[in-house]
Parts: sequence; C-alpha cells; structure tokens
Amino acid sequence: MNDGTIKKISGPLVVASGMKNANMFDVVRVSDERLIGEIIEMHEDRASIQVYEETSGLKVGARVETTGEPLSVELGPGLIGGIFDGIQRPLVEIMKQTGNNLTRGTEIPALDREKKWVFEPVVSVGERVYGGDIIGTVQETDVVNHKIMLPVGLSGIVKEITGGTCTVEDVVAIILDEKGTEHGVGIVQRWPVRKPRPYNKKLSPDMPLLTGQRVIDALFPIAKGGVGAIPGPFGSGKTVTQHQIAKWADADIVVYIGCGERGNEMTDVLNEFPELIDPHTGKSLMERTVLIANTSDMPVAAREASIYTGITIAEYFRDMGYSVALMADSTSRWAEALREMSGRLEEMPGEEGYPAYLASRLAQFYERAGRVISLGKNGREGTLSVIGAVSPAGGDISEPVSQATLRIVKVFWGLDSALAYKRHFPAINWLTSYSLYANNLGKWFDENVGKEWSALRKDILKLLSEEAELLEMVKLIGMDSLSAKDRIKMEAARSVREDFLHQLAFHEVDTYTSPEKQLKMMKLIMEFYEKSVALTNNETDINSLVMLPVREKIGRFKYIPENETEDKYNEIKTEITTEIKELVERGE
Amino acid sequence: MPKEYRTISEVAGPLMLVKGVSDVAYNELGEIELKSGEKRRCRVLEVSDDNVLVQLFEASTGINLAESKVRFLGKQMELAVSEDMLGRVFDGLGRPVDGGASILPEKRLDVNGKPMNPAARNYPSEFIQTGVSAIDGLNTLVRGQKLPIFSASGLPHAELAAQIARQAKVRGADESFAVVFAAMGITFEEAEFFTNSFKETGAIDRTVMFTNLANDPAIERIATPKMAMTAAEYLAFDKGMHVLVIMTDITNYADALREVSAARKEVPGRRGYPGYMYTDLAAIYERAGRQKDKKGSITLIPILTMPEDDKTHPIPDLTGYITEGQIILSRDLHRRSVTPPIDVLPSLSRLKDKGIGEGKTREDHSGTMNQLFSAYARGKDAKELMMILGESALTEIDRIYAKFAEAFEEKYVSQGNETDRSIEDTLSIGWELLSMLPKSELKRISDDFIEKYYIEK
Repeated sequence: MNDGTIKKISGPLVVASGMKNANMFDVVRVSDERLIGEIIEMHEDRASIQVYEETSGLKVGARVETTGEPLSVELGPGLIGGIFDGIQRPLVEIMKQTGNNLTRGTEIPALDREKKWVFEPVVSVGERVYGGDIIGTVQETDVVNHKIMLPVGLSGIVKEITGGTCTVEDVVAIILDEKGTEHGVGIVQRWPVRKPRPYNKKLSPDMPLLTGQRVIDALFPIAKGGVGAIPGPFGSGKTVTQHQIAKWADADIVVYIGCGERGNEMTDVLNEFPELIDPHTGKSLMERTVLIANTSDMPVAAREASIYTGITIAEYFRDMGYSVALMADSTSRWAEALREMSGRLEEMPGEEGYPAYLASRLAQFYERAGRVISLGKNGREGTLSVIGAVSPAGGDISEPVSQATLRIVKVFWGLDSALAYKRHFPAINWLTSYSLYANNLGKWFDENVGKEWSALRKDILKLLSEEAELLEMVKLIGMDSLSAKDRIKMEAARSVREDFLHQLAFHEVDTYTSPEKQLKMMKLIMEFYEKSVALTNNETDINSLVMLPVREKIGRFKYIPENETEDKYNEIKTEITTEIKELVERGE
Repeated sequence: MPKEYRTISEVAGPLMLVKGVSDVAYNELGEIELKSGEKRRCRVLEVSDDNVLVQLFEASTGINLAESKVRFLGKQMELAVSEDMLGRVFDGLGRPVDGGASILPEKRLDVNGKPMNPAARNYPSEFIQTGVSAIDGLNTLVRGQKLPIFSASGLPHAELAAQIARQAKVRGADESFAVVFAAMGITFEEAEFFTNSFKETGAIDRTVMFTNLANDPAIERIATPKMAMTAAEYLAFDKGMHVLVIMTDITNYADALREVSAARKEVPGRRGYPGYMYTDLAAIYERAGRQKDKKGSITLIPILTMPEDDKTHPIPDLTGYITEGQIILSRDLHRRSVTPPIDVLPSLSRLKDKGIGEGKTREDHSGTMNQLFSAYARGKDAKELMMILGESALTEIDRIYAKFAEAFEEKYVSQGNETDRSIEDTLSIGWELLSMLPKSELKRISDDFIEKYYIEK
C-alpha cells in the first residue's frame, strides 16, 4: 500500500515515486536487500531518500517501502559497553554474523534480545505514575544503575508490576490509563533521534566537569552541562584530547561518537577502555561508556545520523539523573556529510558549498546539552555536556563549520600546530582559548578545592600573556636586553608551560591530575616566581636562580603519584624557601 | 547475453549519457564497443528513470554516437586475483602489460571492497624497522599503519619510499611479505626507478605492480588505487601475507577525481576538488590495517606531492585527517643536502606509542623521542634568533641547543639512502646527541634512563 519505486539513484541519494503516504523523515526500506534510508525531501509523490548503506547495485524500478516511523533508537539496558554504528546497529554482533567486513541490509536489533536482566520495581500496584517517572531499576554494570522510566506521554495507575529476571522484550508492568486502557511497559523504550527528549526545566550549569587535564581544569574549565569545541589541524591532538576527556572526566556516563574518523581510533578505545580504571569509581572505564562508530570508510549518510543517535542515548541517561559527557569527533565530518547530501539534492549552496542551514543545525545539536530537571514526580537533576571536535580545512578556523560552532559553544580549546611540533601536549593554545564558564566555576573551585584557585588562575594567565609580549621583544632585541625582572618572568612562564600545562597522556601518573594536585602545582610554581621577583632588587645572578636544584623538583612534581603529593608538596615548599635564602646569603 | 544500447546521446569529457536504458544498476560496470571492435570500460554514475550517466575509464576518442554500442555487464568492476599476481605488472585497470599470460583467477573480487567493521580491527602495534632513524626513532611505523609521505616536486620521495620498501622488516619475525605498488600518472623514469630498486633486492618476485603512467588516460587512474587495495586485501587477509602498499602519486589521483566532478558540474569544494573527496580518499586509505583472527596486514605508504609545498592544500590536508600521521619532506633540508630530507617536527606517527618501548624497541625509546623533539624545536628557535641577532644575543644554554640542532640534522637525520640502521644504532645516536645537553635539561626522560644511557664527557 505504501510501496514506491525507485526513479533515480545518485550515490547515497535515491528518489522514489509513489510515496504519497509516507511522512517526512520516515525510515524506509529500499529494494529487496532492505537497505535502510530516511526520507529527507518530498515533491508531490516523489520522495528523496538518504540511504544509510552503500547503494551500488540498486536499480530503477526496485521497491521502496516505508516503515511509517522516524529514525529511532532503542533505549534500555545493554547500551553501556556497546559499540554501535551510526544508526545503532551493534557492531560486535554484526561481526559475529557477517564477518570482518560490513555487508548491507544487516538487520540486528540494537539491544541483545537474549540477555537476562534483573528488574527491581520501585513503585507498587495501585500507585499513580506519570511519564518520566522511575518505575524500577536494572543494575546494568557495576557502575551504572539503569533507571527504567515510564515512556513520555504515558500516565496512569500501576495495575501490575513484576520484579525479577527479564529480557528486553518482556513486559514488566501494566499501566491503566485514564481511559481504562491497559499499556504493557517493558524495560526498553524507543525515541526518534531528531527530536530532543523533553525535560521539565533547564538550569544554568554550576559545576565543573573535572577532566584531570590541567590546561582544561585550571585555565579553561568546562561546566557539567556545558558545551565546548576543540578545533585544530590534523596532528594537533584533537582525538587524544577527546580520548583523555572520555577517560578521566568525572561524568557518570560517557558517550563517544567517532564520526567519520579513523577505524583504528575506535579499536583503540575498544581495547584500552576495558583495561583502564576510572579513578572515581575504581571500576573499568568501559562500564560507563557507549561508543558510536561511523568510521570514514563507512557509508556517508549514516554519518549524518550518528551524532543524533549518540545524543539521544546521552539524553536518555541524563533523564535518569546522571551527568553525561558526550564527545563528537569530528563534527566537521558530520557537516561534510550534510554538504554531500545537500549537493545531491541540488540545493543552493551557502559558504564553501555547505548548505545554508548548517549553522542552525549545529546550534540545534549543541543546544541539546545542558543541566536539566527531568520529567516525572521526583524530578532528577541530570547534566549533558557536549564536546565537539572540529577539523577545519588547513587548520584555518575561518571556515564555516568552525565559525558556526564558535557562535554556540562557551568553551573553546584552540589547538595549535606550532605547539604540537614542539611536542607540547595537549597543544591547547593558552592565548587563543577561552572558557565563558571560568568565572562561575572559579567560585566552585575556590570553595571546594582551595581559596587561592581563581587568583592563581588569573596570575598564570597574566604571566602567559606577558610572556607572549616579551617574546616579541626578544625576537627583536635579544634576551640580554631584558630587565632582570622580565627575565624572571620569562623563566616563570616557561615553568608554567613545561611543568604545569605540558601533560603526557601516555604517562601512567601524568595522564590524570586531581584538582587538589593541580592547585599544589600552581602554588609551587607561583611561589617560586614570587620569591624570585622579590630577589631582583638584590644583585642576584639570574642564572644561578634558574639553576637551583629545587626547580627540577618542581618540574618533576607532576610525576608524583596522587597519594604522595601532600608530603612532597611540603618538602618542596620548604626547599624553595631555604634554597633562595641560601642564594641570597651567598650573594652577599 | 546483455542488451546492447546504441543510444549514446552525449559524450563530454569523461562522461557519457545513454538513453532508454532499463535494468541497469548504480555503479554497474559497462563496456563500450567501437565500430572497430575495440572495447572500453565505463561505470554507471547516476541512473535517473531510463537515462544513465556513465563515467569512462578510458579515452573517449573514437566514440561515435550513432555507431558505438554500450553493454552493461551486470557486475561492478572486478579484479581477478590469484597468488600468481606476484611478480607481475598490470595497467591501471588490472590488465597484464608485461607481455605475460593473463592470470588464472582464484576468484574475482569487487574492487570497491567493503568497509571494515571497527570492532573487527586489530590495533597495529608491531614495530617495523625501516632502518631510517628519523622514522624509526621519532615517527615509528607499525604494521597495519597508513603513513603517507608528503613531498613536493623535485624532492627525493621516490628514493625514500624505495629505501623503506628495501629495508623494512619486523625483527625476529620470518613471515611471508609482499609489496603492492600502484603508480598513478608518474613518469616512466620514476616507475622504472622503483622496478629497478625492487629488482636489486630480489623483491620483484614478491611485488604486484599497477602502473598508470603520465601518458596513460588520466581517467584510468580512478580505478588504480582500488585495484591495488583489492590485491593487497587478497594477499593479506586471504593469504596471510604482510603487505606493504606504496601508492604514488595521490595528487594525480585527486586531480582525476576533480576532472570527473567538474564534468558533472557538481558544486566544488576547496580548490575545485569535490566535496566528497574526504570520503573517497578514506574509502581507499581505511582499507589498510589488521583484522582480528587474520595473520596478514596491510601497511600503506601513499606518496603525494604538495602543490606549492603547501601542507594546507586539500590533498595533503584531507589525507592528513585520514591517515595515521605523515612524513613530511622539506625543501630547505634538501637544499642543504640532508638525505633523506625528513622534516621531523611536523612529521608524526600516531601509532608510535603502542609500537615502542620495552619488549618492542627499548625502554628508553619514548622518553628520548620526546626529548629529541623538544630539544630540536628549541634549537631551531635558537638558530633562528641567532640569524637575526647574532650568536652573542643567545644565552649559554640556547647556544648549546643551536649546536644540538645542527648536529641532529647532520648525524641523526642525514644518513643517506644506503644506510640501514638498527633501532639500537638509532637510539645510541640519539643519546650521543642528547649528551651534548646538561642532564638537568632532560626533563622528559626518567632519571633511571639518564643514569643508564647518558654519556658523561
């Protein structure tokens, strides 16, 4: 009845006629191979369909069948630890069934149908429940207690509810609505990916998402519920930075979307995360991670869908009251997928061939982040932070995707290839980067980590910007012509860069730094600086000041394990005082 | 017998429009028969009702709208593969051109391949010793990596690629290997250089060559890298060989891609290259790698010449976003006779960290690598400053760094095209150089290793 026939095939775009009964954005099945596609344009009875799979071999006249449902994801136990493609097909299951290479038309449900879960009800028979209410829980992993929520739009009286072992296909509760109709509710619900999941109220972010990365936490922090972007040319460390945040951020759930990026990077996450221990829970990192992979050799149309699939899953966990961090690497590939479809639809191009609606689509995506109070009786507070990597062509951020992104995000971590060449990682440029949350979050750090935090942050930023000015001068007139005070300033700035900002992702201790340790590091560096500045009035030789043995200790403080920092900090602090004092005495 | 159409209504550049066609599939392979009986191949680019837009793989010369016939073959472009391919030379479309008999195929494979399931990949981590210090020590290559050489006109990338092909080995392993070489639009001389280089080492019997030379039709190049990757996949994942694929020159391939796109009047991306070039290149490069439960591997070294030495040009730019690092050659170093002229600072191997260290190369590898990088970067800065202000403007320590940078280029990078250094040699040269600096400067190396390897003067 709703069947159409293919009229035109051009890459991932298929035009079918006889589609009058289909809705915009319906999922359709194309040809006898049942390739999955989505309607993106309608002209009378002709529908333009973006096909999420390779279209080679399709012929004019083949059948197109609409499912009458928009592109949706399955939300329920079994998401955590999984790796899915752009339209939520489980890649590990696919590998088991079809081998190492992806074949078309594979139909495997996202969530394992066989797996047994233990459902524990938290509401009782006779209770009145509303959409968004938690009706029970499933312990999905050691870390994640999966809250089963009543689907939005349903409300009524609990007529029956059964705890115990069940699968994702079982009905665990029966809800009697106002009209007296019975609704069976399972532990899984579906949600269309292009529609943001509703919430009760949105709030301003007020807490930092601690990442353990010093340049981020100390200088350019991101809030829980905030949005940030990492633009940078290739080789500047976007992916490593994203991986580092995915590993160490103090979020309850991490959703990582590999969008048009390298296959080996996803493999790396798959291999490494189960081995890594989350410093906040003591359990494996994989027990809180969901992976979405549309690598660059996978069909381009599914790339467009992948970020929506990812963010819908992230919103679902946010609604349970968790803090969720979503990484999208890279949004430029998503934009390019959008551009490719737009070109094939023969739309009038905007800047650099991107469609005119690029900026609004990006804004809609990022706006799904935030700190919210969920629907339901006991409104839970959940946060969704979104961090998008941008891959500007030639590293030049004047291009449309970077610019459209910068208009929305509040945190900008600008990666710099010059820093990367010097192997200064993370290569986040301290002069161009910014965080609009810094002031608000500064209060949090002052209250929860140490009262000197914001002051130190300001001093360090000032020092770094003064260093940049001095460097300009040195280039013209040489180091020798600087005043002693300026020489010391340069040395202190170097110490900030090398001993604090530089952080090795592959070093077992250095890879993660707690805010307490970060504060100690800042204090040591700035204390040495202040004491040195006080000396410049005396005729102290700067070279001997720079060569003081304690400087090397400050430099190596980052490699001190977290549990030894307190003692070591006090030790170095005393040494700073004594060594400088000795120096003064020697000088006299 | 497939239907024949005499309904070619337009030929323009590499494109042809055929009308009144039925039952033709997207991406299907076609065959055009000229009046003379000569046959040429083409591929379906777009089907719209009964009109079919096809792209020619060969020259359009001699096609006659009235008399030429088109047949659609009901399959996509395929490559006949068998182990007998080793030691043979094919043209850009996979037809033997060495005068030998045609291949008795074990099977025929669709050259477009299928994307690899990321869950089925095996992370590359086996160190390949190329014998080139600037690569082994600083930008380490591992099995299954895709590491391009970014070169420019007039730079000796061919010599470097041949040196890698000649010297590359995984130590302590004695496994069967093969080389797949794809030439796209390069000159006869360059192709001959590679052939001779493979002959000298005897590797020619383990090499499959696909050659599309500068005077062959440009459009034929579009299929060449796919042919090469298909042969490589067969040898690696069906036959368990470790395959090194060398492709040169990707720039010519991208230009052919642009030619087709322009002929279709598509909205151009940067510099007229099509917007889907990223996806297109990725579909080639990503076929390299390793798979779970498979013995073989594909290591890919594409070579491209950067127009105007510009790294931000779309071809190197998009390549860099897909591949796992890049080796960049520098005209400045080449002018100063540094051979190979590898510019180590912007060069990068993303997979090095899992391929080095204890049990793979040596415990001190990672630390010394980082230290060499940052010391060389600082030395170069110091040298620059020295040029403007004279040596006296430098501090004592910066003078040492400037000397270090010079010695580094001379001793570490410039090893010539014949020297094959073991990783131990490379590391000890590194320590020799680092020992020019005071110990306190070696912040990126842990104390134990400084103790063990630092050479006191």
